[in-house]
Amino acid sequence: MSALLAVVSRDLRLVLRRRMDLVQPLFFAILVCLLTALAIGPEPTLLARVSASVVWLAVVLAVLLALDALFRPDAEDGSLEQLMTAQTPLPLLVLGKVLAFWLVTVLPLILATPVFAMMLRLPTETLPLLVATLLLASPTLVWIGAACAALTVHARRGGSLLALLLLPLAVPVLILAMGCIGAHQQGLPFREPLLLLLAGLVASSTLGPFVCAAALRISSR
Amino acid sequence: MNSSALLVCDGKTQPMPIDPGSEPLLTLKAIRFGYGDWTLFRDLSISLLPGHALVLSGSNGSGKSSLLRLMAGLNEPDDGSVSRIADAEGERAAISWLGHSLGLKNNFTVAESLDFTRRLNGGRLGQSADLALNTVGLTGFGPVSISELSAGQRKRVALAGLLVAPAPIWLLDEPHANLDPAGHAVVDRLITGQLRGGGAVALSVHHPELAAFDGPRELLHVDLALLS
Repeated sequence: MSALLAVVSRDLRLVLRRRMDLVQPLFFAILVCLLTALAIGPEPTLLARVSASVVWLAVVLAVLLALDALFRPDAEDGSLEQLMTAQTPLPLLVLGKVLAFWLVTVLPLILATPVFAMMLRLPTETLPLLVATLLLASPTLVWIGAACAALTVHARRGGSLLALLLLPLAVPVLILAMGCIGAHQQGLPFREPLLLLLAGLVASSTLGPFVCAAALRISSR
Repeated sequence: MNSSALLVCDGKTQPMPIDPGSEPLLTLKAIRFGYGDWTLFRDLSISLLPGHALVLSGSNGSGKSSLLRLMAGLNEPDDGSVSRIADAEGERAAISWLGHSLGLKNNFTVAESLDFTRRLNGGRLGQSADLALNTVGLTGFGPVSISELSAGQRKRVALAGLLVAPAPIWLLDEPHANLDPAGHAVVDRLITGQLRGGGAVALSVHHPELAAFDGPRELLHVDLALLS
């Protein structure tokens, strides 16, 4: 347990010392929202209809952008070998890394959702549900991404490979989240997709550490 | 060809005392390992005994690092098994790994790096960071940032890590690289201490004469293993 906390605090401190890494995903998501708003043009009704989807896509892309740095710096400077040979089981250490990643990359994105929503004229009554889907589904997204990042950690041009691996796997998460919001906007019950997202959260958070650890071992040779 | 025949006793030291009571800390059994069609090791069996060192020599690319990575569990063998001795609670003997990349973060200070090493390895009681830095010749370097250190000084920080988080098994990939003669002496002193304390060390060297530590050792010339 102390080793897990050591990994979390190390990764948090590392990011706080490289502020650019902290704000980069945020700026990226803001730019995606801004470009979409500009591309669609000044049509508040059209914008309001697609805004939840755009926010979700912006978050997915921003997370994808940041995921490449989840394991790669550690692999390059040898820290990953230290984690893999430590006495503490690797899944526990991976859990620490992913937890720190979620805290510094995904949580700020979720906290910034009201800003994205304002830019895209999201109907106010949809905002709480949008935040709820992000909170429930983002850990699943991050765990899928972490497994892909672990597989591509030693690949050259791993970044583009990561995108090709992750984006198709993110489809179910995206569909469920959008289904939830779509049902709500049409006044239909949205409990089931929300519960499915919760199930995904539980499943990914329990299996994820083991899958990532196995992926790191596969890619290490 | 069974590669146990490749183990040659170094003439410099006393012959290996065979103690039937001492169980190996780490055992490779009938290992086969290679990359693609290229087989590096076949039917390789090695054990690391407490208080003994295994010195791996051989040319570049001969497989010294691969062998050490197999021992560390960083590479999975294609066949055969790698096992470590376990205590009464089933906890396997701990490993300290020192590879070519040292695992130091540029944004951290020396003291923070050593603190992380200690915490990562579950608070096994070792030397204090100050004492360890003293031992490796970096007295007073605690608050210095890793990014300000030379390659040799970084290596010394990594060596200090071996002392703050002690482990019965040391796997050192070219520990003498990047170090000046005084640094070589530090490495040899650390290894000597580890062997006296009943630990095992496996290290790779470019020249067998580089390994000038005191203690019983086996020499394994990895190029021969290639031919097997």
